[in-house]
Order: sequence, then structure tokens, then C-alpha cells
Amino acid sequence: MRRHAAFNRASKLAVPVLLLLAAAIPWLTSNPYYLDIVVKVFIWTIVVNGMNIIAGYTGQLSLAHAGFFGIGAYTFGLLMTKAAMPFLPSLVIAVLVTGLVGSVAGMISLRLKGHYFAIFSLCVGVVLLLVIEKWESLTEGVRGLLGIPIPKIGSFEFASMTSQYYLMLFFLVLTMFVNHRIIHSLVGRTFIAIRHSEELAEALGINVMRNKIIAFVHSTVLAGLAGALYAGYIRFLGPDIASVEHSFDMLLYLLVGGIGTLWGPLVGTALVMILMQWLQSWQEYRMIIFGPVLVLLVLFLPYGIIGTLTRLMHKRRLGQPLTQKQAVERSVLHDQSLAGGGE
Amino acid sequence: MPLGVMEMELFFQQIVNGLVLGSIYSLVALGITLIYGIMQLPNFAHGHLYMLGAYLTLWMMTIYGFRYWTAILVSVAALFLIGMLLERLVFRPLHNAPHINSMIAAVGVMLFLEAVARKLWGSDYRRLDSPYGEVISVFGVTITQQRVIIIVAAIILMIGLNLFLKRTVIGSTIEAMAQNREGAFLVGIDANKVSLLTFGIAAGLAAAAASLAAPINLVYPSMGAMVNLKAFVIIVLGGMGSIPGAVIGGYILGLAESISGTYINSEYKDLVAFVILILILTVKPTGLFAKEAR
Repeated sequence: MRRHAAFNRASKLAVPVLLLLAAAIPWLTSNPYYLDIVVKVFIWTIVVNGMNIIAGYTGQLSLAHAGFFGIGAYTFGLLMTKAAMPFLPSLVIAVLVTGLVGSVAGMISLRLKGHYFAIFSLCVGVVLLLVIEKWESLTEGVRGLLGIPIPKIGSFEFASMTSQYYLMLFFLVLTMFVNHRIIHSLVGRTFIAIRHSEELAEALGINVMRNKIIAFVHSTVLAGLAGALYAGYIRFLGPDIASVEHSFDMLLYLLVGGIGTLWGPLVGTALVMILMQWLQSWQEYRMIIFGPVLVLLVLFLPYGIIGTLTRLMHKRRLGQPLTQKQAVERSVLHDQSLAGGGE
Repeated sequence: MPLGVMEMELFFQQIVNGLVLGSIYSLVALGITLIYGIMQLPNFAHGHLYMLGAYLTLWMMTIYGFRYWTAILVSVAALFLIGMLLERLVFRPLHNAPHINSMIAAVGVMLFLEAVARKLWGSDYRRLDSPYGEVISVFGVTITQQRVIIIVAAIILMIGLNLFLKRTVIGSTIEAMAQNREGAFLVGIDANKVSLLTFGIAAGLAAAAASLAAPINLVYPSMGAMVNLKAFVIIVLGGMGSIPGAVIGGYILGLAESISGTYINSEYKDLVAFVILILILTVKPTGLFAKEAR
């Protein structure tokens, strides 16, 4: 019991320590290459956080998220370049537009269940990609959207690497905080109930469709936010950012870190992206190694890194009375039929 | 020539092209639907098996100087083995894991196969020259021999598959398991053997489809991606696990693409499949030939 309390104290400290560490990174390294990787990790973690809500907590495996990332990025990019709007309004509108498209897509696609939803959402993603690619008069198609201005709030320009870093860090922390609050709220528990069994949730008086749409829209909003931030950071857009492979990448990050866990998206995205950078010099052999590693990972570490760690800890603490929060976490972990489960 | 006749000829030309496209789609979708019926696994790597099939045929012809048909046979046999190997090494151990895991594993296989193809054969677009390049004319519709061969070969393969599933003992074990897993166990069917065989057949069909289509398309490492997505559209519409659904859906999509490509806008040809899917599922969320209620 004492060790349990000590552990709780330690985990309370973990978040402030991590935040301090994250805030200190630009002072620890001035190497722009490292900072660039970390910034990209932050951006992708935001989308993966969104995917986690719909796929991990609500159990609906959406493969359309690269498409929504693309909508966010292009809406932002077009507003900044062609409409010459300032940074913040562009960002807000980009997020709203993505959420709007997401709610329409959600209303149609969430009527399907299991694998049908997964495949349908994959097709929604392809439609979004093809629209971005072929609507040349608006998006410049494969030529790409060039010359997105540097993000600016008031008179402050996010021109330096460090300022971009703090911008992304702010939105990442915000995203994770919101997700944390959702997961531990009634809404979050409703999502988990839907993942366990839609029929059972329905019988409890939960409006399943409405809650699934809420989860889906929230996840697309995060995808749109990440897309807009990406556009403001890279300042060049090509249609391939919306390609289906990126949805698979996101799923991969999520699974490596631990699907249905709060920290999984960050850990998975960071680990895989850094590993990929590390293997960069291997060029064409990279995927030859990476493909089988992925297969081995799902074979031997199916709950991801965070999922496996929490499982181990719960096993050690077994027999002790659980607090309500832990009970929720455990029910998350004990659920075998994650997203895309049987019909 | 009066305009009406030309219009008719253009229309028939598009019908033939649609049948050619549809034949390819149907063969690929058949493989995916067979695997889904047995293992409840959406095999996202199927398009990459298709790609591998095309490269193997090309390889056999260019390096070993095999004739077209011999090369196809070798490629189909090789993919049959590769399919079985994948089932045994990757998908069978994952059968009891959450479904999302086998989808991820399929993505892993996909990345691996594409990287191997890039390493072995480079990223260039390649031509596969078939000996059947001659143009023949049927009722005013000009068509290359290769296209006729695709249509006919696809029909032969489908009839052969149907006979195999309905008339042979080993084929009916596949059908039995697709219909009722527990029931199949009760009568002593070995599930592992059936999944192994199904994967082999599905991969073999993909190789056959790719080798037939290669002379009219190009061969490149990511050639399977779009075919794969469209095959998934087909089986969602046709009902996942449904064999007639895959065949009919394949032809419908082929015809819809070819006709809309001519009369609407060829730029958006690839969109047709996905728009059809979204429209139909908006009106009728159970698909066209739903095997079970969802």
C-alpha cells in the first residue's frame, strides 16, 4: 500500500517534470536538425491523439485522418496565401472547416460498424486526397501550394525554430490536457462503454450515434489543427500529405505507443519517428527492416509500449482496492476487442 | 459515317474497356473476399501481392526468357506459396488478437513488399510486352487481343474457382468455413489448412489478374495501392465475404469507371469508385448484396 502511495506521488510529479524538460529542450540543444524532428513529432502526436479518441477509446478505427489533416493544412494554407488572412483567424477557420467536414463524414460513415467503418473511412480519406490533388484551380494540385507566410501573432513572427517549437509545444500540451479531461469525464466513459458494446451502451440509455459523432468530430478537429500547424511550419503543401500512407503511419504510431492510453500517442510517435530518422541513412533498406519489425511488434507487443507497461503495473497491484479512476483505466486495458472488432 | 453510329461505337468501346477493367477488379476483389470470409481479416496487403505477381511475370519473361503463359504460371505458383507463407508466419498467429493488430500487420507486410520491389526492380515504370498486341475488330469495335484474353481468362478463372468451391471436397471445406466456422469445426474441418489454402488461392488470383493486366498498364512498385482500395470498395458494396458480390461489384465498377471517364471527366476517373460507395452507403447503409445484417 505504501509503495502504491509512493507511486502515486511519483506519477503526480511526472507531468511537471516532463513539461519542464520539454520547455528546456531548445536550451539543451541548438541543433536545428534535432529541433525539427521534435517539432514534427509534436505535430504528428496531435493528430494521433485525435485518432486515439475515435479508434482507441470509442473503438471506431478511422483511416481517414490523413485526409482531415490535409483539409486542415490546405484550408489554412489557402487562407494565408490566397485570402491573405492573418495567422490566428486562419488557424481557427481551418480547424472549424475540418470539424464541419468531419461531422458530415461522421454522420454518413458512423452508421457502419467494425471493418465496414474502417474500410469506408479509408475511402473517405482517398476521396479527400483526390479532391485536393485534382482541384487544381484551388489547391494548385501536384504543383503544390507555395509561399505560405510565416505565422504571426500581433507583431511577433514565429520565424525562428525555437518560437515554432514553443508554438507546437503549446498546442500539444493543450491537446493532451483536453484529451485527459475528456477521458476522465462522463463523456470519456461513454466512449469506452461504446467500445465495449454498442448494444449494451444503447441499453443503458446512451445515444450511441451522437457520442460516436462527438468523438469523430473531436478527432478530426485535432487532425485539422495539426494540419494547419504543419502548413504554418513547413510553409509548402503538396497533396501527398493527405495520402493514405499517412493514415497508416498514424495508426502505426498509435499502436506502437499503446492504443487507448493517454501517453501512447506521444511515446509511439516520438519513438517511431526518431527510429525512422536514425534509419534514414539506410535508404531503401529502411522499409525492408521496418515492415517486419512492425509485424513482430503486433505479434509480441500487441498493446504497445504504454499499454504493456500499465498492464504489468496493474498485475503487480492486483488485489488492492481500486480507485474509480483506476477502475476506468483497467476496464480500458481489459478490453480485448479494440477498434475494428467483430460484428 | 453518321454521328449516331460513331456514338454507338464509342459506347461499345467503353463497354469493352469496362469489362476489361471489371475483370481485373473482380479477380482481385475475389481474393480479398475469400480471405475475409475465412479469417475476418481485411488484407490491406493484397494489392501488393498483385504488384508482386506482375513483377514476377515480368522477371520471368525478361531474365529467363520464359514465354508469356509459362511466366504467368510460374508467377501464380510463386504467389500461391508466398500467400501461404504470409498466412502461416503473420496472420495465423494473430488470429485471436484484436482485429486492429492484423490490419497493422497487413500494413507491415505492405511496406515490406513495396520496399523489396523497389530494391529488386527499381522505382521505374516498366512495360510488359505481351505477344498479343494485335488489334482485332469485332462489330466495328477495335480491341487488342490482350483485352479479349483478359476478359476470357477472367471468366475461365471464375468458373474454375466456382467449380473448385462447389464440386471438390477440399473446395467445399472453404465454403463450409466461410458459412459457419463452428459448424465446420464440428464436422472435423482443419481450420488452419483451410486458411492456408485460402490465402494461397487468393494470392494466386491476384498474381493472375496482375499478369493479365500488366501488358495494358504499367508495372511499378506502388501499382497495387489503387487496385487494392477499389477492390475494398467493391467488397464493401458487394458484402464482405460474398463471392457473387465481388464478381458483380467488380464488373459494375469497371463499367462505371470506363463510361464516366468518357462522358464526364477522365481527370476524376479514380474518384468514381469512392463516390459510388459513399452515395450507395448513404442511401443504403447495408450495401447492395449484404450477406449479413450489420
